[in-house]
Amino acid sequence: MSRIVGRYALLLLVLVITVGPFLWQLSTSLKGVTEDIYSTPPQLFPLHPTPGNYARVADAVPIWSFALNSLIVASANVLGNCLGASMAGYALARLRFRGRTAATTVFLASLLVPFEAIMVALFLVMRSLHLSNTLAAVVLPGAIGALNVMLMRNAFLALPSAVEEAAVIDGANAWQRFTRIALPSARGTVVVVAVFSFMFSWDDFLWPLIVLSDPAKYTLTIGLSYLQGTFVNDQRLVAAGTMIAVAPLVLLFVAAQKHFFRGVGEGAVKG
Amino acid sequence: MVIGFSLFPFLNTVVLAFTDAKVLGGSHFTGADNFVRMVDDPAFWTAVGNSALYVVGVVPPLVILPLLLAMLVERKLPGITFFRTAFFTPVIASIVVVGLIWTWLLDTRGLVNDVLAALGVLKTPIPFLTDRWLLLVSAMLVTVWKGLGYYMVIYLAALGTVPKDLHEAAQVDGAGWWRRLLSVTLPALRPTMVLVAVLATVAAFRVFSEVYLLAGQAGGPGGADTTLVMLIQQVGTGLSGELGYSSALSLVLFVLTLGLLLATNRLNRREDL
Repeated sequence: MSRIVGRYALLLLVLVITVGPFLWQLSTSLKGVTEDIYSTPPQLFPLHPTPGNYARVADAVPIWSFALNSLIVASANVLGNCLGASMAGYALARLRFRGRTAATTVFLASLLVPFEAIMVALFLVMRSLHLSNTLAAVVLPGAIGALNVMLMRNAFLALPSAVEEAAVIDGANAWQRFTRIALPSARGTVVVVAVFSFMFSWDDFLWPLIVLSDPAKYTLTIGLSYLQGTFVNDQRLVAAGTMIAVAPLVLLFVAAQKHFFRGVGEGAVKG
Repeated sequence: MVIGFSLFPFLNTVVLAFTDAKVLGGSHFTGADNFVRMVDDPAFWTAVGNSALYVVGVVPPLVILPLLLAMLVERKLPGITFFRTAFFTPVIASIVVVGLIWTWLLDTRGLVNDVLAALGVLKTPIPFLTDRWLLLVSAMLVTVWKGLGYYMVIYLAALGTVPKDLHEAAQVDGAGWWRRLLSVTLPALRPTMVLVAVLATVAAFRVFSEVYLLAGQAGGPGGADTTLVMLIQQVGTGLSGELGYSSALSLVLFVLTLGLLLATNRLNRREDL
């Protein structure tokens, strides 16, 4: 019995360490202008909770348009990865074509090159395509992630091929087999790819920082670091901004959580 | 797609590394000049040193702490799913969000200093965000905090594969919790620990955002906290961007990362003998 209590005590301690900072930020964001946020000992809960800072942060910087930019980028990324990576993954797993092994090797090799090592050259590619400082440039490099292609390939390889062979005999072409049989069977992995893509592009910082220079095009992450530079004296505003950035992800994660842990196993373990 | 946005830029990086290309202005082949310049550039050595220190500071806690955490949430107790999900929150939050939260927490007037002062531990606040070394330590703390949940999930999957009968047999033989951890769990988890170590090492060497957000874009007092990726970004972007030199730095980053990968891989194999 006491061991169970000890276990829960430890769990609660870790909970305070991992989630506490978010709650403290939430609390700060709800404290009104008249409330002292530097009080010692710290005031854990706002005395007079007010949503005023969320309105004020929108006056200070166009935070909702930053959020819209992030949403556009993240949605495009999800679309590109779900369609592109699953098609490429299916081709690598099931279709026979000349150079399939070479193609697989290319995908694997590109996983070895750290993004940070090619970002400057990537910026040049975008500039020569006249895309620098556009949202398209933010989306393109991650639109079909090599890792996602490999995840989908492994998921398709793990499916029993007998069903598809039967479909071939029934006269189904590759596209039909892909859309009717393979894709529905691997939907757990598709959900994982979708969630990961959304999360990754919503959270990405370094690449948009390099490729975007016009504040009107800023995504939320760049906008937030800019916000900190401008209004470092009002932590309430910064806190409200971070809450706006983190809330959609927490909701998405809680909603997709079931598929998430199952799908990770589906794709990764049977590699 | 992969060729256009991964292989071509990589090859271009290799070519540019041997030129004096700039954002404005031409490019001439200059041989190994960039690399000669690098050796004499104190900023380069500071950056490599900081990135290497980061690996040393971050990897051991990221191998050990998430394992303990995974063992803590492995047992199916009521409410355990809630705890698992909650522990994952720092992973899904953007590094910018995390950076801003910790900038506020570690401020001289922030919560951490406040709590320590209220407990009577400190007389004067700790300058987490202004001291050259404390800044690096703070950034490491943030990295570890954000990585805990991610590696916990990896360990959790692996813990499920540890054979139960081994544990039971050991228990029958009178082995305590500690003994079973050392003789049953750890040997079974060794491949996973190596995987985590490799992932954490490669990620730590490429650190950018944590230091950028806590120390500012100049990289702390006098740029003393600049990491290698920060240096690449500083040198290579903006109107005065020196593409050649920053490509040379990128190439060094690539080689060192690959070297770290191969080294950990080798270490792993040697232990297998």
